[in-house]
This record gives sequence, C-alpha cells and structure tokens, in this order.
Amino acid sequence: MSMLLNIFTPALAAGTLGMATPLIFGSISGTFSERTGVINLGIEGMMLMGAFGAGMATLITGNPWIGVLFGGLLGAVMGLIHAVMCIKFRANQSVVGVGINIMAAGIPAIILQFYWGNPGRTPMLESIENISVPLLSRIPVLGDMFGKLNPLTYLALLLVLVSHIIIFKTPFGLRMRAVGHHPKAVDTVGVNVFRIRYICVVTSGFLAGIGGSYLAVAQLSMFVNGMTAGRGFVALAAMIFGKWTPLGCLGAALLFGFSDALQMTLQAQGVPIPSDFLLMVPYILTMIALAGLVGKAVAPASNGKPYIKN
Amino acid sequence: MSKNKNLRKKAYEVLGDLLDPVTAIIIALTLGGIIIALLGDDVSIALSALFKGSVGNLRNFGQSLLSATPLLFTGLSFSVAYRSGLFNIGAEGQLYMGAIVGAIVGTLFSGLPGIIYIPLVLLSGAVAGALWAFLPAILKVRLGVHEVINVIMLNKIALYLTNWLVSGKGPFRLGSVQPATPFVDDAVRLKALFPGTPMNIGYLIGIFIAFNVFMLMWKTKSGYKMRAVGLNRNAAEFAGINVSRSVLTAFMLSGALAGIGGAMEIISVYGRFYAGFSPGYGFEGIAVSLLGNNHPIGIVISSFLFGALKTGAMKMQIIAGTNVNLVKVLQALIIFFVAGRWSILSLLQKQVDKFRAFRKRREAQDPAGEENNL
Repeated sequence: MSMLLNIFTPALAAGTLGMATPLIFGSISGTFSERTGVINLGIEGMMLMGAFGAGMATLITGNPWIGVLFGGLLGAVMGLIHAVMCIKFRANQSVVGVGINIMAAGIPAIILQFYWGNPGRTPMLESIENISVPLLSRIPVLGDMFGKLNPLTYLALLLVLVSHIIIFKTPFGLRMRAVGHHPKAVDTVGVNVFRIRYICVVTSGFLAGIGGSYLAVAQLSMFVNGMTAGRGFVALAAMIFGKWTPLGCLGAALLFGFSDALQMTLQAQGVPIPSDFLLMVPYILTMIALAGLVGKAVAPASNGKPYIKN
Repeated sequence: MSKNKNLRKKAYEVLGDLLDPVTAIIIALTLGGIIIALLGDDVSIALSALFKGSVGNLRNFGQSLLSATPLLFTGLSFSVAYRSGLFNIGAEGQLYMGAIVGAIVGTLFSGLPGIIYIPLVLLSGAVAGALWAFLPAILKVRLGVHEVINVIMLNKIALYLTNWLVSGKGPFRLGSVQPATPFVDDAVRLKALFPGTPMNIGYLIGIFIAFNVFMLMWKTKSGYKMRAVGLNRNAAEFAGINVSRSVLTAFMLSGALAGIGGAMEIISVYGRFYAGFSPGYGFEGIAVSLLGNNHPIGIVISSFLFGALKTGAMKMQIIAGTNVNLVKVLQALIIFFVAGRWSILSLLQKQVDKFRAFRKRREAQDPAGEENNL
C-alpha cells in the first residue's frame, strides 16, 4: 500500500502531462494532415527536424522561444516537402513519409558537425523552465499535479481546444473534413482542394516541429541525434487511437504519456516489472484499438488517395 | 507489324524502368555534390573517396557486398508485399525476430555441420519473420485493419521484446557482459571467401533467393495471383482469385525474407544478437526496393549500390571530412525522385503523350490516314 502511494503521487500526473506534451502536438499534427486525406508517416522526421531547429536556433540566439518558433518553421518546411510530393507529384504518401524520416535522420548530424564539430549533439542549451500558475499552484494536490508545468504543456492543452474548434466548429474545418472524405464533391462546389490540403499538411509539419522542440528545449536542454526515438510513430498511434479528433488525441496521448511516466516511476522505485514491457503498452493498445475491440477506428475516406482534378 | 510494335513498346518500357532510377541517382548525387560544396569540403576528393572506398579495391568491394546483404533481403521483402498491393514497412520488426530466433537456433545444435546448420538457421529466421508478419496479415484479411499502422507498432514491439530477451533479467542473456545472446556456433559463422576481403557467401545466397523470388512471382500461378491482387484487387476477386489467401501468402513471404535477412546478418557480421543492432535496415529496404523498381533483378543492383554508398561514405568521412550521414540524405532524395516519378524521361513522356493525343485527334478527322496506319 505504501508502495502504491509512493508510485501514484501528484508528481506522476505532472510527469504524465510532460511525457504527453510532444505526443499531443504530434497527434494533432497528424490529425490536420489526415483529416484532409494526406497520410503523414513523416511525423517522426518532422518532429526530429523541429527538435534540431529548436536546438540550433537556441544555440545561436540564446532564446529558447525563438528556438521553438524556428523548430516549428523547420517542421513546416518538411511538411511542405511532404505536401508537394504527395499533392503535386501524387507520389505514394506512405513512401514519401518514410523518405522524410530518413532525410530527417541524416541532416542534423551533417549540420552539427559543420557548425561545431560534434555530429552527435548540441552543447547544453538555455531551456524553457516550468511556470507556476498563480492561483492553481496553491491548491494542495491539484496544484502539484497541474499548477507547475512547462509553458509548452499548457500550450499543448490550449492547442487541443483550439484545433477542436477549428476542425468541428468553423467553415474551414468543415471543408477540411469534406476534402478528406470526398474531395470531388468539395471541388464541385468550388472549394480549392489542393489549397486546403497544402495549408493543412504544412500546418501539420509546423505542429510536429513544435512538438519536437519541446524535447530539445524543455525536456532535455540539448539536441541529441535521433532524440525523438519513435515518438512520432507513437503520436501517429495516438491519432488513430483518438479517432482523428483533437480530444481523442489528448486522451490517447495522456494514456501513452502515463505508461511512459509510470515506467520511469516504477524503475525509480525498483519495482520488478521489466520496463520494456511497459514501453510496449502504447503499441499493443493501438493494435487492439485498430482491431476494433475498443470501438472501430475509421480513417477519413480519401486518406492516402491523391486528388486528380479533371 | 504489330509484333514489331509490341517489341518496340517493350523496349521503351524496359528503358523507362531503367532510366527513372538512373536519373534519380544522377540528380541525387549531383545534389549531394552541391551539399558537400556548401559544407566547404572538397567535392572531387569527397566523391573520389566515396568511389574508391566502395569499389576501389577487392577489400572495399567485399565490404560493400557485406553492407548490401541485409538491404537485399529487406528490399526483396518490401517488393513482394508492394507487388501484392501491401505496404509492409514492418521489415524492421520481422528482421529483428528473424535475427533473434536465428541467433538462438545458432547456439542450440553445436556439432551439426555448417552445410546443414546454416540453412537451418536461415530457415528458422524465415519462420520467425513470417510468423511476425502473420499477425498484421490476418488482422487485414479478417478484420480489414490497414497493415501500415499495425506493422509500425509491431516494429516497436519487436524491438522492446528482443531488448528484454537479452536484457539483464531476460532469458537469453546467459552471462554475457553486453545486452546480447551468446555467440553462435562456429559452424554457422560465414567465413570470408578469399583472404584480404570480408566478402562471404551471404550476398550470393541473397542473389539465389532473389532468383527464386523472381521465379515464384513471375513464373508460377500463385505468384501471378499475388501480383494480380496487387494490380487490381477487385478484378482479381472477380476472376476467382482467393484474395485473402494471396494477401496472407504475400505478407508472410515478405516477413520470411526480412527474417532471413536478420538471421543472415547475425551469422555473417555480428556472430550474436545485439539489442538494437539494426540501424534501420528495414526502412532502407524500402528505398532499395523502389529504386530497383520493386523487381528482384533491380533490387540486386540497387542493394549493391546502397551498400557501396554506405561503405564509401565511411571513407569519405575519414578522407574528406564529410559526415557519413550524407548517405541518408541521398537515400531520401532517391526515394523522393523515384516515388514522384520525377525524372527526365517521365517529363519527356508527358510531351510524347501530348503529341500522340494530338496526332490521334488529327487521324480521327481523317479516316484514310487511320487505315494507312493499321
């Protein structure tokens, strides 16, 4: 019992939110792209480039917020590449995503070696520190859970709300969803399918880039090669688990973040469950979810199909 | 006349299949040269180091073949699935399962002669890979779950599972200092064929298997069925082909090929299973397969090209100082160019199509001309 109390502390909740932050950005990034019918397997690479961009810009300017912005922009550039290949050249979207990932795995080392001689990582960076929310942080238990978090975590929660409103409550969101479902119909009523797809895929890259930035300037205070370590794929899983909705993404990201945070707490407490098994949990859950045991996950109807205007 | 036309068409097709990847490589290498120049390194020294370091002498050539071997298998794995309408980016996980099972089988039966033992290890790797591919395949066939996400999940699960198996508390560590299985029996280790080069029979076995894949996919009924499903699932179904069975076969064959690649890498390079040993062979296999036009012969060539690039890049880093990761950027560029069919020939083809359409329209207005053409 006392062990359980040692594990399930308010700090575990805070840790969960921290681990979930890049997943929230990543999964909502995927939602933006796939809602318009463009499969985005390149989230992993876009996040990695985001982390790299954030690391480099912070290293140069000394301001981690400029780093985050630059990380987002670099992610957006990767998103643009993805968009051009998928929309203009109608290449196989999954293949392009894999290409994005391979490219993102290669670029940072080359530039890092050129810039300061060490291809593996940046030096320690200025980082974005946790902030205390004025009133919330004083409440006994809740304050420890939600009162002192990273600004980017609060930003992620805000993003969930904003993207929910954009996707489900605005005319643009309606068009987005329609483009992913039946592009021809949308084209017929005079909406530019390509424009909406470009906007959303680039946005997707931007958000993934911000999610990656979190790793470099908030979680670790440096950029390390390959530091996303598959989080982009977990984010993709969270998106499916969350059925391509921002609120669902939040729930799934929290679940996966929880299993991550729990794994670390258990290891710190010396509980004899192999951490590898806990690390597997998100992936197994996703497969179960996909198999329809936790409600059917249905992708947007035109997901993966290039649109050909005639 | 029509036979002549068919022959010409065929020649164009082969030429087109060849020219697309070749232009992709040329564009990618050119861009690579520009990147090297931008980084301030000497382009000619870097490129000559890349060339000499990969095929300059027998030793480097053998090393290139060694690096190419796993890519040949993961490339074949991807191509079989791709030709059958499946997107198996799960070669990485299937390779890990093949590798660990191969490594364990390789320690069990000491005393067996290599000529029986080596095929046994490779076969066990194939079975492990095929079983790991069975899960997403059956989920696709029975429940209609798209395979892409499932295989990504299974990649990660395979990684963590094998990590645990050789971890401190795992069952297969057996006193090793590192997170690895014990070394496999000496009889299964592939030996260098000639002194002075690391080349072993791995790549030759790969070519033999590629040939068999070709025979299976292009010269047998079940191969024809798989490709028919890949070309048009509905048409195949109406023609009476058992689509589910073809999908299952193709997926498991794809997994088996990746599994053999994993077991081969263990007996050829490492001698034991190391946790997380693969630097992404499964994903590189996608680029290899696409570049080789998803055809076994093409893949034999493109896997060697990628192996040579990787080997030469090491030399390039030592001599010219250009980071070895440039190869990843080149790989990605090649993927983009091939996937986007973005080549000089396809652009020319567009012009030709336009001209043909124009001529057809003119001939339609002039029936006599059409008759002359017959």
